[in-house]
Amino acid sequence: MRKGWAHSQTCIERHNNMIIDHPLLGPRDAREFVYLGDASLMNRPDWKDENAAEQFYEYLYLRTNTMGEHRELWYHEHGDRSWLVVTRHTLTHEITKVELARDLGLNVGQNK
Amino acid sequence: MRYSGLKIFTEALTGNKGWGPNWRQPTPKDTYDVIIVGAGGHGLATAYYLAKEFDIHDVAVLEKGWLGLGNVGRNTTIIRSNYMLPGNEPFYELSMKLWEGLAQDLNYNVMVSQRGLLNLFHNDPQRDSFIRRGNAMRLAGADAVLLDQDGVRRMYPFFDFDSSRFPIKGGLLQPRGGTARHDAVAWGYARKCDELGVDILQNCEVESFIIEGGICKGVETAKGSIRANKVAVCVAGSSGHVMAMAGLRLPIESHVMQAFVSEALKPVIHGVVTFGAGHFYVSQSDKGGLVFGGDIDGYNSYAQRGNLPVIEDVCEGGMAIMPMIGRARILRAWGGTVDMSMDGSPFIDKTDIERLYFNGGWCYGGFKATPASGWCYAYLLANDKPHEVASKFRLNRFKSGNMIDEKGMGAQPNLH
Repeated sequence: MRKGWAHSQTCIERHNNMIIDHPLLGPRDAREFVYLGDASLMNRPDWKDENAAEQFYEYLYLRTNTMGEHRELWYHEHGDRSWLVVTRHTLTHEITKVELARDLGLNVGQNK
Repeated sequence: MRYSGLKIFTEALTGNKGWGPNWRQPTPKDTYDVIIVGAGGHGLATAYYLAKEFDIHDVAVLEKGWLGLGNVGRNTTIIRSNYMLPGNEPFYELSMKLWEGLAQDLNYNVMVSQRGLLNLFHNDPQRDSFIRRGNAMRLAGADAVLLDQDGVRRMYPFFDFDSSRFPIKGGLLQPRGGTARHDAVAWGYARKCDELGVDILQNCEVESFIIEGGICKGVETAKGSIRANKVAVCVAGSSGHVMAMAGLRLPIESHVMQAFVSEALKPVIHGVVTFGAGHFYVSQSDKGGLVFGGDIDGYNSYAQRGNLPVIEDVCEGGMAIMPMIGRARILRAWGGTVDMSMDGSPFIDKTDIERLYFNGGWCYGGFKATPASGWCYAYLLANDKPHEVASKFRLNRFKSGNMIDEKGMGAQPNLH
């Protein structure tokens, strides 16, 4: 706990606001973005599945709500309007990874 | 020990030697009838009503740090019962009635000050919806008064009534709304709990649940394992993290909400004012500081602190209705972690795991609910069925289609 706290202090010193390092556009202020939520929202259930209703209930309403590293969807509304998957720590707000959601989606599609 | 004017008087004459600590520092027993996880306002209120109303005294309240250091000490102290939907309003009105007698009940000055809560409106449709809400409030036994522009002007002549973007056309006033002293609420409940035999175990973080054959039998803590007949989780803000230890996923996201206090000013705002269109609300503390806040930051967080853009946004909201506060300086800013639920309403319910109970999802409005939340949770724990006014706060309401969505925002927690 104490370790995390000390770490968060250095984050504050590094930047006064969350900076999202956009894969195409470089570092951008988080206020250019709109936040949607957990990146699992990309994995929409198949409506043809037998237990589709149950799956959609869990997909829409239940969250893992992680304390720690969290993969989440941000939309660059005041920029290039791309969806990003940002890996961010929910205790320190430190961002460790930013990916284009489109790339991840295509990857999933190609491996199907 | 009973507090009274006479007690203060005699103590003053005898060197103030008769005051003792408000609660003990007990060592945990091996078993309890009920374990409550989280010694915040709601957890302590639950323990208090369990002991006082339902005669269950073998209770422990577990707290990872010191009691009252979470959201009960981080909110902006507003109490109100101005909800609209039938699933909510009777519950919050019960809470308001409990607030009105709380200082006498606890024998502790919780400084309930019913100075009037005013929601501003700026156009006709908004006025219509406020009339509707006011009528719903009155049907549930609460009070509501619709003010026109002159009515608001008489209360707060310094507002920017003719702002071109959000001209103030009137407001919905709840005269019984107001503020309370938030720390005193935690301390008052804790003191009474202790008197009634409840063990408050501080620095006793829950590390896991003891679940045997689908039945919750107790908790493993920093101070060893403690068994119980029933385990009641009451940790709004950290609900996701704590319930994950029991393998449950909830219809909740944790978000950060910030609040602010300005330097002390002369008395100017005598009630509570909310400016919903600009995401700003304000009251003035007895010390003179403007206590204000606005939107949540909007991203998942357990950090208990937020970022600068929201601070700027909130202050802009304040400037929009009260340009005169532009020269006041912010003294303190802080953040708290709130459970944002999928419909903006809370949960007081059993879980799928037998004898494990859950209270949470209070969004940014848990403080005003403290007494009723404790009352209804205690009722649920004692009778194993929900209290009448909390019967809609169920965990499965999204599956059954019985959401209580005051704002009609849908399943997007950061918009509630």
